[in-house]
Amino acid sequence: MEVKQVDKTAGSVRTPKKKSLGRILYENRVAYAYIAPFYILFLVFNLFPMVFGFALSFFRWDGLSDMHFIGVQNYGNLLKDPLFWKALQNTLFIGIIAHIPILLGGLVLAYILNTRLVRGENIFKTIYFMPMVTSAVAVTVIFSSMFGYNYGVINYFLSLFGEPPINWLGGDGSLIKVAVIVMFSWKWIGWNMVIYLAGMQGISNDIYEAASIDGATHVDVVFKILIPLLKPIILFTLIQSTIGMFNLFTEPFVLTGNSWTGGTNNGALTLMIYLLNKAPQGGNLYGYASAVAYVITLMIILISTCLNKVTEEKDPGAGKGGRIR
Amino acid sequence: MKTLLLLIAGFFLILFILSKLGEGGKKAALYLVLITVAFIMLFPFYEMFVMSTLKTNEIYSFPPRLWFGSNLMKNFENMNKSVNLLRAFQNSCTVTISYVVLALLFCSMGGYAFSIYDFPGKKALFRILLATMMVPATAGMIPWYIMMSKIGWISDRTPAGFLALIIPGCANAFGVFWMRQYCQNNVPKSLMEAARIDGCSEWTIFFRIIAPILLPAYASLGIMNFVNQWNEFTQALLVLKRQKFYTLPLLLKTMVGDRGTDYGALMLASTCAVLPLLIFFLCASKYFMSGLTAGAIKE
Repeated sequence: MEVKQVDKTAGSVRTPKKKSLGRILYENRVAYAYIAPFYILFLVFNLFPMVFGFALSFFRWDGLSDMHFIGVQNYGNLLKDPLFWKALQNTLFIGIIAHIPILLGGLVLAYILNTRLVRGENIFKTIYFMPMVTSAVAVTVIFSSMFGYNYGVINYFLSLFGEPPINWLGGDGSLIKVAVIVMFSWKWIGWNMVIYLAGMQGISNDIYEAASIDGATHVDVVFKILIPLLKPIILFTLIQSTIGMFNLFTEPFVLTGNSWTGGTNNGALTLMIYLLNKAPQGGNLYGYASAVAYVITLMIILISTCLNKVTEEKDPGAGKGGRIR
Repeated sequence: MKTLLLLIAGFFLILFILSKLGEGGKKAALYLVLITVAFIMLFPFYEMFVMSTLKTNEIYSFPPRLWFGSNLMKNFENMNKSVNLLRAFQNSCTVTISYVVLALLFCSMGGYAFSIYDFPGKKALFRILLATMMVPATAGMIPWYIMMSKIGWISDRTPAGFLALIIPGCANAFGVFWMRQYCQNNVPKSLMEAARIDGCSEWTIFFRIIAPILLPAYASLGIMNFVNQWNEFTQALLVLKRQKFYTLPLLLKTMVGDRGTDYGALMLASTCAVLPLLIFFLCASKYFMSGLTAGAIKE
């Protein structure tokens, strides 16, 4: 390694001579060795599948026989498949409705804990965060019994107020989305809350004090100070849960008793279930499935970009919280 | 539905009245909100514990039983009759621990190199790393599966599926990025100069001097990876083809699909799958929260 140090200083004195690639690699071999695992694994297991998947989406292939180039036919078939639209509709419906309690609930809870009027911040944080460390399959098992028709706790609770029992998981399959939404919100609300709280605590107290001296009300503080300052953080959580929404698979899958079609009337069919049912589970339509995967990816990128645009519109100085993705 | 809406309206009315009753009332209203939500968060866990001690016909009774029964041992026997939970637990441990160890090693190596060394192409390589975080993994999912099966990592005779779960994701861009941030803030360059003068090799410096400094970062990143991998379901479903090699989430899924499953046993199995991580979480919740929310807030 000392060789490298000496060489470098010497090199900087007599600069212009161009070094060969091999020499550069050799001189910095330690650094390259350190970063190599990431790039090698990324190339092999991420980039190659991504590129291959794009190519594959223009072929018809069952995984065994020869591939047939069919142009954009996969994409055309996809747009013509009513089941795809059903899956998209379900996914968006679940995602959008679930974001209301996640966003609002997360912000309200964080705000309450941030007022410092209440004690036990850590206890509440810990409790709200518990669902995040719980296996989604186990969660679904519990909720499917809570949503049970004849014996579930939720119907029991409703019956206390004279409501007739609701067939959440059966019937025409439309109410199963409600159960998925409840589970999705139950899981993510604490995660959002902890992030928002950290963001709020990062905002200097002086700002609040200055605002209260100027006679600002609570509503002013929330809408004119907190939310603008938290924008980058809210954006981060939104993008994360958007990705979570498109990857939604475990909850509806297990809730419908491991159904690859989303249960009765495809009520809980999400895009992820639809995708994996084309290939590798069920059908062997690898080309078609690749097209589905690319459409999902495109939608994720599109929504993330839109969210970015919306938040970047105003006050570029608000990036106190910082974001990565 | 009407009564339910009335109930919710009533709840907000109580909050409103309380908040008008001065400082004490305000506090009470805030606590009421916090405790209600805490109850909703805790209740499913409680239900799971309760049901794992009930007989199947008690679980299916109306009104539902809300207090512990006495059937725990019987459920345990039934569970052991239908599935091998211990083996699934071992499989989960094998996959998760190998994954976490490799991920921590590769991510900290990468992050360390990006923060400490100067080398040609550093900026471009780092930009590539950041760009890779933008692309959702869904794009390559299908070819990933084909690849796994072509290289023989999807097999019903050997536990090669573990490799498919461990290797492809273990050096993730976010981990490298996060470790780089941590190194930049916490590793003094003078320390390494001193070690070099003392004649330490670069690898010795990394393992003997840098790694101990990185321990807090290892804890957070390790927990994040641990939780994600422990609960991983979709990929495991695709690559693990035989019950012998199932991880805990997959084992639970099999029990759900099996019509003959004893419900009490299923609840007990869920409890067993959830409890270890939950206890671990309650002991070190600070690290869990910083690990699982990493990326949102810059230190």
